[in-house]
Amino acid sequence: MGASQSARTEHEFQDLADRTGFSLEQIGNLNKRFRQLSKNEETLSRQDLASISALDNNPLRAQIINAFFDKRNLRQNEAGTVQVIGFEEFLMVMSHFRPAAMHITEEEREKLRREKLRFVFNMHDTDSDGTITLEEYRRAVEELLSKAGTIGQETAKAIADAAMLEVASTTRGKMEPDEFYEGITFENFLQILKTFDIETRMHVRFLNMDTATMRCGK
Amino acid sequence: MPAFSCAFPGCRRDLLVIVLVVFVGIGLPIEASAPAYQSHGTEGSHLTNITNTKKAFPVLAVNYEHVRKPFEIALWILLALLMKLGFHLIPRLSAVVPESCLLIVVGLLVGGLIKVIGEEPPVLDSQLFFLCLLPPIILDAGYFLPIRPFTENVGTILVFAVIGTLWNAFFMGGLLYALCQIESVGLSGVDLLACLLFGSIVSAVDPVAVLAVFEEIHINELVHILVFGESLLNDAVTVVLYNLFEEFSKVGTVTVLDVFLGVVCFFVVSLGGVLVGAIYGFLAAFTSRFTSHTRVIEPLFVFLYSYMAYLSSEMFHLSGIMALIACGVVMRPYVEANISHKSYTTIKYFLKMWSSVSETLIFIFLGVSTVAGPHAWNWTFVITTVILCLVSRVLGVIGLTFIINKFRIVKLTKKDQFIVAYGGLRGAIAFSLGYLLSNSHQMRNLFLTAIITVIFFTVFVQGMTIRPLVELLAVKKKKESKPSINEEIHTEFLDHLLTGVEGVCGHYGHYHWKEKLNRFNKTYVKRWLIAGENFKEPELIAFYRKMELKQAIMMVESGQLPSVLPSTISMQNIQPRAIPRVSKKREEEIRRILRANLQNNKQKMRSRSYSRHTLFDADEEDNVSEVRLRKTKMEMERRVSVMERRMSHYLTVPANRESPRPGVRRVRFESDNQVFSADSFPTVHFEQPSPPSTPDAVSLEEEEEEEVPKRPSLKADIEGPRGNASDNHQGELDYQRLARCLSDPGPNKDKEDDDPFMSC
Repeated sequence: MGASQSARTEHEFQDLADRTGFSLEQIGNLNKRFRQLSKNEETLSRQDLASISALDNNPLRAQIINAFFDKRNLRQNEAGTVQVIGFEEFLMVMSHFRPAAMHITEEEREKLRREKLRFVFNMHDTDSDGTITLEEYRRAVEELLSKAGTIGQETAKAIADAAMLEVASTTRGKMEPDEFYEGITFENFLQILKTFDIETRMHVRFLNMDTATMRCGK
Repeated sequence: MPAFSCAFPGCRRDLLVIVLVVFVGIGLPIEASAPAYQSHGTEGSHLTNITNTKKAFPVLAVNYEHVRKPFEIALWILLALLMKLGFHLIPRLSAVVPESCLLIVVGLLVGGLIKVIGEEPPVLDSQLFFLCLLPPIILDAGYFLPIRPFTENVGTILVFAVIGTLWNAFFMGGLLYALCQIESVGLSGVDLLACLLFGSIVSAVDPVAVLAVFEEIHINELVHILVFGESLLNDAVTVVLYNLFEEFSKVGTVTVLDVFLGVVCFFVVSLGGVLVGAIYGFLAAFTSRFTSHTRVIEPLFVFLYSYMAYLSSEMFHLSGIMALIACGVVMRPYVEANISHKSYTTIKYFLKMWSSVSETLIFIFLGVSTVAGPHAWNWTFVITTVILCLVSRVLGVIGLTFIINKFRIVKLTKKDQFIVAYGGLRGAIAFSLGYLLSNSHQMRNLFLTAIITVIFFTVFVQGMTIRPLVELLAVKKKKESKPSINEEIHTEFLDHLLTGVEGVCGHYGHYHWKEKLNRFNKTYVKRWLIAGENFKEPELIAFYRKMELKQAIMMVESGQLPSVLPSTISMQNIQPRAIPRVSKKREEEIRRILRANLQNNKQKMRSRSYSRHTLFDADEEDNVSEVRLRKTKMEMERRVSVMERRMSHYLTVPANRESPRPGVRRVRFESDNQVFSADSFPTVHFEQPSPPSTPDAVSLEEEEEEEVPKRPSLKADIEGPRGNASDNHQGELDYQRLARCLSDPGPNKDKEDDDPFMSC
């Protein structure tokens, strides 16, 4: 039983490695972490993630947890959320945080950018309608500043408004006073963050993970 | 002065250059022949003391001795700056040749001139250099050090600074010693320690030279911070090696214990320097907490504490440069939260000014010292030194990058490596250290010559060719984008996101520790060091405010609409609002309130006095009113933008209203632009008005005439204060602001404030 199971896991891992782009070692580490979080179950639920103490002080806690259960991040082209995720889905979400390889072509780089920016976009676009409306953006900025104390509220709104105006101005240029700017589409989002080198910034060092550093994050 | 009719353009410029040269030519002999006056002066006074006979009362007398020292200093600085001015008048020259090269050439010419006259040209005195000329440059660099790229790459920078410099020093020292062993060179008297000493002096990358050259090529942030950071942090290594070898070469031998002590010394020097700097930085931050009533002297605290940090660490033979950097970095976030905007601007400009002057003087003196200094030329030695410098630098960079890239996520490409290697310029620090060598070293002159040659080579050859090479290799340049609030939001967003994901992975990485540090900073440190309630303010808000302020100031200075985002998008497009109507009676009431408030403000403005101790009376710059100001502006502009939807909203302006008197600066509110939907950012943040200008003064008619040629008669559909009670106060303030930007064409019983904005 043991041998066949480990053989099967090996094979699975290899399969996963091919699909998500992680190395076998990284997948092994992530699997250990997955087991740790899910208390050795097969699937991970929101409670499991919510119980991580490292996330307690994070203003984006709720959004991060939601991101794991968001179907759009799981490469399924539908909206909505799932209740529990398996290891494969866990890996898929994590694969958004892989660093860029050293020698990649321009189009690969572009693809990577889109992927990562799509993840961030999905985090903002909570109702999954493909645009970030003013309300959603305001909420996002408020969440970001939520740990800032009471000053946050009004200023958060002002900041979100200013940001929205900036997006509208750069992407739409001239608009009649009657027109209404519905929200930030993904293309606009890409455009506004064109100079933001997300492909180098948005990464986590998976390689340094091992059981020694993986303290019980509970 | 007859007006020259210039036949061709640019002749005026050339004329100015000629004038400058003549000035220089005249100025120097005066100064160089200063010693001649010395004897006259003392003689003269001696004579008058002895013979008290009656002589004519001296109507005009020359006493150069009296002002000699300050006069000379001022003259030198003035000449240096005129030279700098001259260069920039010749555009083609300054585009090809970096300023540092030109300044050295000027120094050479000046030195030559002085020598021709027969005087002794002054040499760059090491004490002057280290105590007066170097600190402003380093403080400028440290205070404005971009923290984020620096901390992200600090590992790489340290490796280059420490290990790279060590490698350079030993490689060069060793090979030069081997060279000296060769009979034909004729330098067999040079021992290993002397060579190593020489190697340690000449191996350090110089921050002044790097700054001077890199500033002009606008390379991408990563490479810039790598080279620049390395040049700053290698000071500790240089200090230790220099002192070490200086000591040893006196003794002659070195033991293992000495080497061990040397290593310990390195840690003491670098960490001690940082500690001293940090202590002074915290002191400065703490002091700035209490300066809200004496804003004028705020910049001085920054400068003096930093200088004290430098001097204190130099006193203990610790690394002064690292102390300065640490002081600037530590004090900056807290000080900037405490000081007024004017002080911030003052600090920025003074630092830039001093560092600019220092840099200019350093390069000129370098040129002069070259002419002056005793030289001993040995072809082989000097040429080998230059070649070895290059070779060791290239090898060092390649080797270290190979190792470093294993640990970096963003690897250093070959192009990056090339620029890092090629940008390793040597400069005045090496020269001063060489100059400091005591005369007992028999090779001192040779070393000095070699050092100067290396400096010339790196500054001239490498400095001049680096720009075309950067173009040729298509190295990534600095992104010239203005700060975008979306990017800033997402930077912060990413920080938290990545911290969270690291938490999910169970990996205590980079972001985790950064988060911990931030939290510690917020809960403990900021509480002590930042005045008032500011310490709770997160970075994003601070950034946003700064940006608004910049926008506003830009508008004030240019006196026109910022054409950065020429769009007609306003808040209206993003968030349409319903428009309630307001009754005529209400309107009258509102107008009365507005006028009353306006009167009040006018009174306040008139009573402001200008005293030496405060820039504004009743410094209303405090943050509470700022926040309120912004809030109300926000509300107001939203409402004002609503008004534009209906033609009937516009208030008429008497067509023949004259333009404001020249004394009043014309400033437009952001919100005004909103009325005419020509701008982006919804709010503006103004400091309270200072006497000469009235930010509230608005020349409305121009805008109106631009945008809307016809104006129907007045009917103000201002959103009435029908909102809930909490809005009322808001509403009051709103209309108060509203009045400032809209003219008041009301019934003419109020003749006395016919020009409400034109007074003051």
